[in-house]
Amino acid sequence: METIKNSMPKYTLQVNGKPYEADVDADTPILWVLRDHLGLLGTKYGCGIGQCGACTIHLNGNALRSCNVPVSAVGAGKITTIEGLSANADHPVQAAWQEVDVPQCGYCQAGQIMTAAALLARNPKPTVAQIEDAMQPNLCRCGTYHRIREAVVLASNKMK
Amino acid sequence: MIMSSITNTSRRNFLKMSATISGGLFLGFNVSDADAAGLSILDPAEVLEGDIVFNSYLSITPDGIITISSPNPEVGQNIKTSFPMIVAEELDADWATVRIVQAPLDNKRFERQLTGGSGAIPHSWERLRKAGATARHLLVEAAAKRWGVPTSSLTTEKSKVFHKETGRSLTYAELATEASAIPVPAEVRLKDKSSFSLIGTAVRNIDNPDIISGKPIFGLDFYREGMLIAMIQRPVSFGMKIKSVDSAAAKAMPGIVDVVQFKNNVAVVGKSTWQVLKARKMVKIEYEPDGAIESSADHDRIFKELLDKGEATQRRKDGDVEAAFKNAARIVRSEYQCPFLPHNPMEPMNFFAHVRPDGVELVGPTQTPDLARNEAAKLLGISPEKITLNLTRLGGGFGRRLKADYVVEAVEVSNILKAPVKVIWTREDDMGGGSYRPAVRYRFEASLDAQGNLTGYRLRGVGINAGNCTREDNFPSGAVDNLLIESVEHKSPITIGPWRAPITNFLAFAEQSFLDEVAEAAKQDPVAFRLKLLDRAKTSPVGAIKYDIDRMKGVIKLAAEKSGWGTKKNLSQGFSVYFSHRSYVAQVAEVENRKGKPVIQKIHAAVDCGIVINKSGAEQQVRGGIVDGMGHAMFSNLTFKQGAAEQLNFNAYRLIRLKEVPEIDVHFVDNGIDPTGLGEPALPPTGAAIANAIYKATGKRLRNQPFVLQEELKGVKLGDRL
Ligand code: FES
Ligand code: FES
Repeated sequence: METIKNSMPKYTLQVNGKPYEADVDADTPILWVLRDHLGLLGTKYGCGIGQCGACTIHLNGNALRSCNVPVSAVGAGKITTIEGLSANADHPVQAAWQEVDVPQCGYCQAGQIMTAAALLARNPKPTVAQIEDAMQPNLCRCGTYHRIREAVVLASNKMK
Repeated sequence: MIMSSITNTSRRNFLKMSATISGGLFLGFNVSDADAAGLSILDPAEVLEGDIVFNSYLSITPDGIITISSPNPEVGQNIKTSFPMIVAEELDADWATVRIVQAPLDNKRFERQLTGGSGAIPHSWERLRKAGATARHLLVEAAAKRWGVPTSSLTTEKSKVFHKETGRSLTYAELATEASAIPVPAEVRLKDKSSFSLIGTAVRNIDNPDIISGKPIFGLDFYREGMLIAMIQRPVSFGMKIKSVDSAAAKAMPGIVDVVQFKNNVAVVGKSTWQVLKARKMVKIEYEPDGAIESSADHDRIFKELLDKGEATQRRKDGDVEAAFKNAARIVRSEYQCPFLPHNPMEPMNFFAHVRPDGVELVGPTQTPDLARNEAAKLLGISPEKITLNLTRLGGGFGRRLKADYVVEAVEVSNILKAPVKVIWTREDDMGGGSYRPAVRYRFEASLDAQGNLTGYRLRGVGINAGNCTREDNFPSGAVDNLLIESVEHKSPITIGPWRAPITNFLAFAEQSFLDEVAEAAKQDPVAFRLKLLDRAKTSPVGAIKYDIDRMKGVIKLAAEKSGWGTKKNLSQGFSVYFSHRSYVAQVAEVENRKGKPVIQKIHAAVDCGIVINKSGAEQQVRGGIVDGMGHAMFSNLTFKQGAAEQLNFNAYRLIRLKEVPEIDVHFVDNGIDPTGLGEPALPPTGAAIANAIYKATGKRLRNQPFVLQEELKGVKLGDRL
């Protein structure tokens, strides 16, 4: 116990194109490093076990549930959070979200947007079935699913 | 960081300052239950004197920015957009220049500053309209004065006053300061509803830009320099209390500031969430029984006992139900049961509290700021005036945040540690130690005569801590000569709370499914059967009728028409209609039978909530309510073993996901009636529409929820559509 306490590893993370230092335990999930230590609060906590998608970020461009991946696993990987998705909230997915008026309470939406953005980066013209597969990990308790589906399609059209 | 960081005092300064330095028009107004007469609008002059006695305000500054304060908590029902829309409509404001701020709690002046019961819009409709109309009146007067023309020759549009004859116009910004010198009239004329130009249109959620860019607007996002994080270990089992606590190991963990016990709780307090989470697992707590330790199997048994028990609380009695059953040609009898459900808003419970010698600061997400403040005051033995409460946006509520338990906890921990503290619940805390939609069981009996007329109707509802789990005046009450409705409550240590559309969230399923069974026994079409009963209630009502028969018939007919009721070849349709929270919703679910597997393809909804304020938000509320009703009816289940919840996170507890959501068509009745609430009414009818359709498709009658666990659907994978 004592040894752990006295030798907390220091991590340098690449987040949204900038280096950040974090003095945290090795097993601290990325989610809590972002929120508690780096002040990046757009990434949300919903379940802590990879089941709701509220904490979705990109690691090297792929969607990742940040709540159950420890900071020690990131290495030099490039992290993107909702704050870094675009400079002016004008990523095609964000624009589509606004146009379709997706959010209700809004709590799940950063995660939804990050999942959708990762899908479209990989597959700019997904079928409806592919959209549904990709978005399935993200819960929305308010039930905005119809508009999520619609907005992903719109974003895909915007991306050409 | 939060929506409104203005305390009562500094708001006063803010108003005075901007009013005296930059000019403009300030209109304070009160929206309160106490003031049943309606709205009292305060003269700008009074406002300038600093004696501010209002709870909401509208201001127009000389640079043309119109600010409207929105007093009710925003939980996703879009009140922050629809409230100001009502004011802006009467004001003829250019929506693009309207800013909305979340008003902090002012419990003296504002008695219905809560979100719950779908009541905010119906409650405030008239008052908000008057506020907008008053401001418009002052601006028009100011223009008339400046130009020396009668007010009757002036019109307004998009934040401008026009004098058509001479082609002149002035902006509200140019008139604001002059308008503030004009006395507030005793009476104002409201617009003719047919001339609304903003109300009824689709206006986007005013907070979208913050939401989609990840701004820290929720309670969980509130951070303060020096703030500590606290997590609380509550008893794992209901009916248990703490016997002993060993917190030595937890206290020795890195980052932990203290571990403290209060009541039946142990709070672990530290510097970061993860450290606190880890340390909490190290606390060793022994519990001992402190009441009944119940399991779901006990509840099943208790329900059966209570259904057969002699005494019950009579809720409504018309005619002689015993005689009706004795003379019946046919009797239909069924029982329906639902499990407990946690609320599961996506943002778990949390609250910030800082108890200082000179006062208390509270910040966070609550549906009832007033209650939260009063309970905090009670705990500390101080007057509520010493407490400021600022609202953040709420990451969902569904009724959970109508309770103040998690606010009081934060106050308690901050008070013990004399430090600023934010209490955070994990998902497991939320599902395991929260408050639930109560488990309920209903027994229905109906008697029919030889012609298939409904002659008698009996309902007994039994529930765990559910109080009156019936709604005795609901349809078909009033349409049946002989009727008896009773309830029995079982008291349990398991805490329950209001869950979106309390009681009716399951009662509607049971009633509307049972009516389908009765219609079938009577060999009548379910829609025609309901319409006939309503006609009966209209021509010869039995006892009091507490619903509007015509509005109910209106949505039934609209849903039937829009869904092409009875004309679909390859789809089985199920019908349901319900009146709750002042509004009427009928739904038709369409199910395809794909080799024995029922696939829900579409739901048509006909909604009568009176005037629709915001088309976009209203459609969201209806679809969201239907998705909510559908998901919980099909999938969600919370059971107890030895007093402890058995499902604690989304790996064990299923919520509906995108793939399982069918197409949903929403149709609103256009009748010009004042708005009657929309946060809840779309949810109750959904379960029955689906179950009735599944019955038609497969011959399997679902009487218990969740559907996926029922014997009838064994081996069937419910949910996927593609
Ligand atoms: S918080 Fe990470 S998936 Fe739920
Ligand atoms: S918008 Fe509320 S949880 Fe998705």
